[in-house]
Amino acid sequence: MNLARHPLLPLLGLPALLGAAMLTALSIGRYPLPVDDILRLLGAALGWRPLPPEEFEVLYNLVVRIRLPRVLAAVMVGAALASSGAAFQAVFRNPLVSPGLLGVLAGAAFGAALGILLSLDWLQVQALAFLMGVAAVAIGVGIATLFGGGAIVMLVLGGIVSAALFSSLLSMVKYVADPYNQLPAIVYWLMGSLAVADLTQVGSLALPIGGGVLVLSVLGRALDALSMGDDEARSLGVPVRSVRYTVIAAATLVSALTVSLAGMIGWVGLIVPHIARLLVGPGNSRLLPASAGLGALFLLGADSLSRTWSSTEIPIGIVTELIGIPVFLLVLGRARKAWA
Amino acid sequence: MSAVLLARGLRYAWRGRPVLNGVDLRVDTGEVVSLLGANGAGKSTLLRLLLGLLRPAAGDVLLDGTPIASMPRRLLARRLAYVPQVHVSPFPYPVRDVVLLGRLPHAGLGGLSGRIGPADRQAADAALARLSIAHLAERPYTEISGGERQLVLIARALAQGARLLVMDEPTGGLDYGNQLRLLELLRTLAADGFGVLKTTHHPDHVLHGSHRVAILRDGRILADGAPAEILTRPLMRSLYDVDVEPHRLADGRLVFMPPAVGGQPAPHSPFHPSESPA
Repeated sequence: MNLARHPLLPLLGLPALLGAAMLTALSIGRYPLPVDDILRLLGAALGWRPLPPEEFEVLYNLVVRIRLPRVLAAVMVGAALASSGAAFQAVFRNPLVSPGLLGVLAGAAFGAALGILLSLDWLQVQALAFLMGVAAVAIGVGIATLFGGGAIVMLVLGGIVSAALFSSLLSMVKYVADPYNQLPAIVYWLMGSLAVADLTQVGSLALPIGGGVLVLSVLGRALDALSMGDDEARSLGVPVRSVRYTVIAAATLVSALTVSLAGMIGWVGLIVPHIARLLVGPGNSRLLPASAGLGALFLLGADSLSRTWSSTEIPIGIVTELIGIPVFLLVLGRARKAWA
Repeated sequence: MSAVLLARGLRYAWRGRPVLNGVDLRVDTGEVVSLLGANGAGKSTLLRLLLGLLRPAAGDVLLDGTPIASMPRRLLARRLAYVPQVHVSPFPYPVRDVVLLGRLPHAGLGGLSGRIGPADRQAADAALARLSIAHLAERPYTEISGGERQLVLIARALAQGARLLVMDEPTGGLDYGNQLRLLELLRTLAADGFGVLKTTHHPDHVLHGSHRVAILRDGRILADGAPAEILTRPLMRSLYDVDVEPHRLADGRLVFMPPAVGGQPAPHSPFHPSESPA
């Protein structure tokens, strides 16, 4: 692992790589554009080198109105899921944990399905997905606090109970939904898609998602201590309870927002932290930002594939699972020693 | 720089069942104090109270005269360190990073700053060198032996800058050679001005290398003093419900030996009747 020997290299290299990947993602699609065109559009938008109005209009429409929201959404969703996954793995001292552990995804899925069942408009469906995601985690944490004083094992059990509750509610909604319009809409939504993202929405979610990822990254060193055990972390001066609940709150917030934006996108929160660990080592103050960057890259790639694989778009949740499994097996082979 | 940890009249109950009924204990820098008691006697509870990880129902713990309950945890961590039993982390942190965690109480911005300064590196490297494990610095904590991991956890406590170390069964899980080397190390640390309180299950580990022993029984300190005076055949019988014979070696040291195999069976069951999960 030569990269790990140069602590700054991955952290400086990632943003550059991410920028290049975003440019590439903007250029590919049904109408492929040379990267050069995008750079010319950027130059014109910044007022450096004007373009003919007609060309500007076409490029602006394609790149800024259609592709940019998707690209930005992919970056945000990928960064949010991967860094919450990494933070959850530290808090729960388990490298096999994903952000859905406490029921946020099950809750959000139910919320969105309920919204579709009630024929709410799209913004309300998203709001309901977010609220139910948060509610599911609140119920899981509530169960843990009520029965076990918030111990780790009780949190996991509370999450399982809460996720099971919302999965059964989701089944009920699916059962009563109109099988010709609503049920397909629910099923399609559950597979995840970045297609509905528009620029204002992406812009308004950038702050909470970015803030959440930042909070998680700042807690990196405290998470290192926390992953060694509660008593140890406390004896090292770490306010264990506050750190744990801050992580749960931030990870829940960003995960619920990603679900409301893009539906269920699995595997990112589980596998990206492992890839990041191979690149920058297990220390959380480097692992969390690295996971965010790699998650963004991973989802950009997955979304580009979902847009270009066939003439009709493939739901991104399917793509992340299909790519995720072989990647996970590869990582498993390399990381097995660390888990033993 | 001397320091003293003092417990006065500690009481603690768990789920309505009293665990400690007024414990007084003192640990000074320059000495190794062993805490001896049967399984379930409340040794771990006492350690957690002394570290401020639990709140006593009554009584208090003073560090150099200040109640630790009133001290910010980060300041406490710079003066009093906890060395847990050897454990395995699920993540392969390099040994140096584990030791650097000892610098968390010194980190800026109330511990939120991830910046590791030259002073932190120096402290960590000094602690590694002090325990002769500098060669392990880059190795993953998950891939070294149990004995080495215990040394890493002690190095982390030294990196904290604490003079008082509270250790939960530091010889537990170590092989015979490492147990003896660890006892020797604790003795050296005491000579260098550290104070060590450790729990143990081995009377021989008390006799070898401890300046003082405190016996915890029925929620109180039954006896506290020089090991060779406190550890007697009747005490061992009352503490563990086994009969062991004290033998004095030619050089005056005391050892305990169980009776010869095939002799009288143990008075009751092979386990102490009060045995319960700790």
